[in-house]
Amino acid sequence: MNTASHQTDLKPHAAGADTSVLSGAEVLLRVLAEQGVEVIFGYPGGAVLPIYDAIFRQDAIRHVLVRHEQAAVHAAEAYARSTGKVGVVLVTSGPGATNTVTGLLDAMLDSIPVVCFSGQVGVPLIGTDAFQEADTTGITRPATKYNYLIRRAEDVAPCVHEAFHIARSGRPGPVLVDLPKNLMVGPAPYSDAPRAPHPSYRPQTEPGRDVIARAVAAMKGARRPLFYTGGGIINAGPEASAALRKLVEKTGFPCTSTLMGLGSMPAGDRRFLGMLGMHGTYEANMATHGCDVLIALGSRFDDRVTGRLDAFSPGSFKIHADIDPSQINKIVQVDVGIVGDARRVIEMMLEEWECTPANTRQPIDMAQWWHQINEWRKTDSLGFVQDRAPGAIIRPQYAIRRLHELAIATGRDTYVSTEVGQHQMWAAQHFGFDKPNRWLTSGGLGTMGYGLPAAVGAQIAHPDALVIDIAGEASTLMNIQELSTIAQYRLPVKVFILNNQYMGMVRQWQELLHESRYSESYSAALPDFVKLAESFHGKGLRATCMGELDGVIAEMLAHPGPVVADICVAQDENCYPMIPSGAAHNQMLLGPGQDDEISAEGRMLV
Amino acid sequence: MTTQQESPVSAVISIQVENESGALARVIGLFSGRGYNIESLTVAAVDESRHQSRINIVTTATPHVLGQIRAQVERLVPVYRVAVMTGREPHVAREMALVKVIASGERRADALRIAQAFRAHPVDASATSFVFELTGASDKLDAFIDLMRPLGLAEVSRTGIAAIARGAAIL
Ligand SMILES: Cc1ncc(C[n+]2csc(CCOP(=O)(O)OP(=O)(O)O)c2C)c(N)n1
Ligand SMILES: [Mg+2]
Repeated sequence: MNTASHQTDLKPHAAGADTSVLSGAEVLLRVLAEQGVEVIFGYPGGAVLPIYDAIFRQDAIRHVLVRHEQAAVHAAEAYARSTGKVGVVLVTSGPGATNTVTGLLDAMLDSIPVVCFSGQVGVPLIGTDAFQEADTTGITRPATKYNYLIRRAEDVAPCVHEAFHIARSGRPGPVLVDLPKNLMVGPAPYSDAPRAPHPSYRPQTEPGRDVIARAVAAMKGARRPLFYTGGGIINAGPEASAALRKLVEKTGFPCTSTLMGLGSMPAGDRRFLGMLGMHGTYEANMATHGCDVLIALGSRFDDRVTGRLDAFSPGSFKIHADIDPSQINKIVQVDVGIVGDARRVIEMMLEEWECTPANTRQPIDMAQWWHQINEWRKTDSLGFVQDRAPGAIIRPQYAIRRLHELAIATGRDTYVSTEVGQHQMWAAQHFGFDKPNRWLTSGGLGTMGYGLPAAVGAQIAHPDALVIDIAGEASTLMNIQELSTIAQYRLPVKVFILNNQYMGMVRQWQELLHESRYSESYSAALPDFVKLAESFHGKGLRATCMGELDGVIAEMLAHPGPVVADICVAQDENCYPMIPSGAAHNQMLLGPGQDDEISAEGRMLV
Repeated sequence: MTTQQESPVSAVISIQVENESGALARVIGLFSGRGYNIESLTVAAVDESRHQSRINIVTTATPHVLGQIRAQVERLVPVYRVAVMTGREPHVAREMALVKVIASGERRADALRIAQAFRAHPVDASATSFVFELTGASDKLDAFIDLMRPLGLAEVSRTGIAAIARGAAIL
C-alpha cells in the first residue's frame, strides 16, 4: 500500500493540518492494517487518546470496547486461538497496562500470539513518576515473549511490524509495545515490514531429517507405542491436526492429548484415549505408564500431566518434538529430541514412516497392546451416576453431556470456552471436541475469569458460530462485567454456569487433603444470575432439577441473543478420575473413598 | 542420571547479546525468576559496529541445570549465542580487583612486598594508603585480599569475571 492510497482511508485531520505527514498513531494503524489486523480489543485512556482519535477517523480496523483490560487480553487470546491470527490489544498507561498482566502471562504459558499496545507518558516525562506512569516494560518483561518501549518516532513502524513477527513465529506468545504519547501525536515515518527482522531472533521450525529418522526407527520397533500430543499441534494450524490424524491412522498407534491439545484428534476416534494427566482417563494414564515408546508432539511434560516425575512412564523410549528447544529435557530426559514446528515434524514422520520397511513383529504385538487398552477402557473412568427422576439433582457431568448432544443437534460450528475449576475438567472430559481451535481454556496459568472474555473474542471472530462459556459460578464473577460488552455488541454468547455454590475445585482438594475443612471455599452471597443476565439486557434461565435441564439447554441454544443459564448442580460432586498430587499414573483415584492414599509429600504440591 | 552428573559445578555462562535496552534485564530476570544464582556478572559492549554486548555470569549448578540455563537464555529474543564454560571446557577466566589498604610503618612495607609478589600495581598512593590493581583468576584475587586483611585492608572493588574459550574456537 503506498502512502497516497492509504491517506484516502483516513478522514482528514482538523482543518489546516498537513495530511501528507502521518502521525505516530496513524503509522501504527497503517502497520496494523498491513499486518492484516481486523479487530482490536481495547479500553481508552489519556495516554492512548491520539490512537483512539486515529481509530475514530478510519474504518479498516474494528475496535471492540471491553470492560476491563484483563478481559481485552483474554478476548484477544480466544480470537487468536480460534482463528490462527494474532490477537491485538490496546490499553492506556499505568493501570490500563498493569491490568493486562494476568492476560499476558496467560498467553505466555499457553503460547498464544497476542500483541498488546500500551500507552505511556511522553518520552520527556518517563522516569518522573508522572500521572499514570508505570514501568510497563519492566513489569511485563517476565510475562511476555518480548516487549518494547518505543523511544523514537522512526522506530514505531519497524518495531510494530517486528512485534507481529515475534508474536506469531517460533513458539508463539504475547509481545507488548509501550507507546509514549508524544510519539503518537507527533509525525512519524512509515516503513514496510523489515526484510531482516530482529537480528538475534531466529526460531528453528524445520526439524532435522536425522532425528526424525531416529524417532521413526524407534516407532517401527515399538510394541506398546503412544502419541502424547499437546497445544503445539493446535498452534501449528489445522494442517497439523490433519497430519496427526493421518499419522495415527497410518501407524495404528493410540493417541492421548493434553488439555491444550483437545480437538486435534476427534474425541470419538477409536484410537483416541482421551485426555491424560491429573484428571485424564484411566486408559490414557495407564497407557502412558505402560507404553514402551512415548512420542510427545507439541506437549511439554507439565506437572498436571506427569504426576510424580520419577514414576512417569518408566522404562519407555521417549521422543519429544517441540518448537522451543528449551522444553526438551527440561522436565523429563528424552532419548530423541526434535526441534521444529509440529506440522513439519508430523509430516516428516509420515514420509519417513512410509519409506522405511515395516517391522514384521509389530502387528501381533500391537494387537496385544490394543487388547490391554480396551481392557482399561472397560473401567469407564469417566462414568458417573445420574438419577433420571425429574426431581433429581443434576450432576454437572450429565449437564455437559446433554449440552454437547444438544449443541451437536443444532448442526452449528461450536466454540467452547471455560473458566477454571471442576467445570473446566468436566468440560474437557465430557464435551467431545472433533476439530482443532474450538476449545478455548486457560491451561498453563489456570486463570479464573478467562472464559467469559474468551467467549467475547471467539464470538467476535466467528459471528455466526455457537459460542458457549462453560463456567463455574465463582469464576464467572471474576470478569462478569463483560456481560456489558456482550450486550453492546449483541454477541449471542451462551454462559452455561455449573452452579455448585462452591469453588468446587478448591472444595474438592480441601475434602481430599484437609479433612473437609472448607475454608473460604463456599460461594456465599451469589447474585441471582437470571436477574443479572436481564440487567445486562440478556436472557436469564435456570434449571434446578433434571426435569428442567433439557428445556433450559434447548431454550438457550434456540435464543438468538446472549443467555446466562444458571444450572444448579450437585454441590458435593468431585472430579474423577484424579491422580492426587505426588502420585503416579497407575495410582489414580477413580472415585470417592480412596483419598487415604495421598502422601504427606503430595500435600506440599500445588 | 548418575550422582556424579548431579553434583553442582562452577561455570561461566558467556552470552552474546544485541546491545539494546532491556537485554541485560531480560537475562538477569531469567536467572532470578527461575531460581538460578548469579555469583558474578560482567557486561560490556564488545562490538560497537554490530551493536553486540557480552554478558559473563558465574554460577554454580548441576550439569542438567546448566543445560537448562543455556536453553532458556538462548531463546531470549536479543540473545545471539551462549557458551557454558566449566572445568571441562578449556577457557580463560580473568577478573580485576582494586584493593585499598590503609596502613603505615611495618604493615605498609609488608603490603607493598606482597603486592609485588602478586604483580599487583599500586595505582594510587597517599601517606597512609594504597590502591592496588590486580588482575588474574578469581582465586588469586581471593588469596591477595586475604593476605591484605591483617595489613589494613579497607575496601575492595572487583569487576567480576570475563571469560573466553581457549584455542581457535569462538562463541
Ligand atoms: C484468578 C484465580 N484465583 C484463584 C484460583 C484458584 N482456584 C482454582 S479453581 C477455583 C474455584 C473455581 O470455582 P468455580 O468457578 O465455581 O468452579 P468449580 O470448581 O466450582 O467448577 C479457585 C479458587 C484460580 N485458578 N484463579
Ligand atoms: Mg463452583
